[in-house]
Amino acid sequence: MRQSSIMDIISPIMVGPSSSHTAGAVRLGLMARNVYNAPVKKITFRLYNSYALTGKGHGTDKGLLAGILGLSVDDTRIKNIFDSDIAKQIDYKFEYKEDFNRHPNAVDFIFDGNLSMQVSGDSIGAGEIVITKIDNFSVNLTGKYNTLLLVYKDVPGMISRVTKLIGVNIASLQCDRYAKGDDASMCICLDGEVDKALIDTISNFDDVYMVRYIKKLEN
Amino acid sequence: MIKSVNSFEQLQDICEFKNKHIWEYALEREAELAEISTDAMRNLVKKSLDAMKDAIKSGLCSKEMSISGMCGDDCDRLQRRYANRGALFGKLFEKITTYALATIEENLRMGKIVACPTAGSCAIVPSVLVAVSEELNISEDEQINALITAGEIGRIVSHKVALAGAVAGCQAECGVASAMSAGALCQILGGTNEQIFNAVALAMKNLLGLTCDPVCGLVEIPCVKRNPFLAIHAVTAAELAISDIKSKIPLDEVIDALEQTGKLMSPTLKESSQAGLAKTKTALELENRFFNKM
Repeated sequence: MRQSSIMDIISPIMVGPSSSHTAGAVRLGLMARNVYNAPVKKITFRLYNSYALTGKGHGTDKGLLAGILGLSVDDTRIKNIFDSDIAKQIDYKFEYKEDFNRHPNAVDFIFDGNLSMQVSGDSIGAGEIVITKIDNFSVNLTGKYNTLLLVYKDVPGMISRVTKLIGVNIASLQCDRYAKGDDASMCICLDGEVDKALIDTISNFDDVYMVRYIKKLEN
Repeated sequence: MIKSVNSFEQLQDICEFKNKHIWEYALEREAELAEISTDAMRNLVKKSLDAMKDAIKSGLCSKEMSISGMCGDDCDRLQRRYANRGALFGKLFEKITTYALATIEENLRMGKIVACPTAGSCAIVPSVLVAVSEELNISEDEQINALITAGEIGRIVSHKVALAGAVAGCQAECGVASAMSAGALCQILGGTNEQIFNAVALAMKNLLGLTCDPVCGLVEIPCVKRNPFLAIHAVTAAELAISDIKSKIPLDEVIDALEQTGKLMSPTLKESSQAGLAKTKTALELENRFFNKM
């Protein structure tokens, strides 16, 4: 049974007008920013379906950009974000698409620059979001847990090598791979925090290509 | 280990067993789950309450229109009329309707609001709670208690029905907000736990089937005016319940009906803007204008 809180109902404090199309957009942006984990120089936002169709009226475009810039859902700067100085520091554009294989409120963040990366996510209602894909790996990041994300070579023993170092309780674990022995991803949701030393240790493992520690969203 | 309480019957039983008010039980459980003190938990709730009051304050003195240009100046219109000639039902009615429009219009102009439970239904709980508290001199502590109860009601409903128009129509957004407000108001009026549950049931029962058919897919038409309507609806439910009028259908069964109605509701009437008000002749004209402007 899912655990719920009254704070799911009487919050968040957010700028309007829509929890899915505005607050959800900001939270998707924040998560994508955390996943990318490098200064954003150039980005394309690709909005799908309802996000593409009604996004402008809901400030979805503003929300996505604000999230990428690190603003929280209740930041009143979101409304005029396009005119703000912080927005002028990056090169961004929006694309609008229809694709009914995608969620009604889906978005791709296409990062360019020194590090290219594509992060995809959906706004699934009431401000809740899920990051579904990072490049071609399926993931399931909701922003509710501190999460360790690994990209590595699919070799036997990797899961136990990593998880035995983690001292806090693991809430969930999801793996995906291109093919046997090929690139693989591991998404570990945690009930607590891990320190930088652990992340460095795992980063130095043979066959580990990338490690990200993605902190949970504050609101 | 905290026993999870996911139905109103369980909530009623546990409150009876522990001899506690709904808010007391909910507050203690939330604090325990979050591993913080009850005072810290109250502070979190107070933050939401304060933000609700700030939204009302900002909304009362603005008539800035939304991005679409369709809505934004009705609170001003209402205030001017009340200044000129009071409401038939008196000061409390004036405040509830004004605060509701102030909040929901603040939402559409991208102001700061509290999603309660959602952004499109954000004005119902605050307008009832704040207006009644001002008129009846309700202490801040009691306001926080009432907001906790409202949250607990919404939380339990959300276990059965996702509080999203796209899933179950407006009955699950503004409808649930109205039911939450009815329970909170009943508590403020000194209602017993049983009376509070009846207030929730009465409010919810009379909103079953409410669809979500927003014009242009925006949180504007009919959402803006629906908020003051359903705020007043909550008062009716609380007034009846505090008089010991009972819902003949128990609250959990009403929520079952809400869930079933949501499932049976055509997807064209669930936030997809494919039917109902969204496809009227005037709505199509507004849609043309809006998409050309965008």
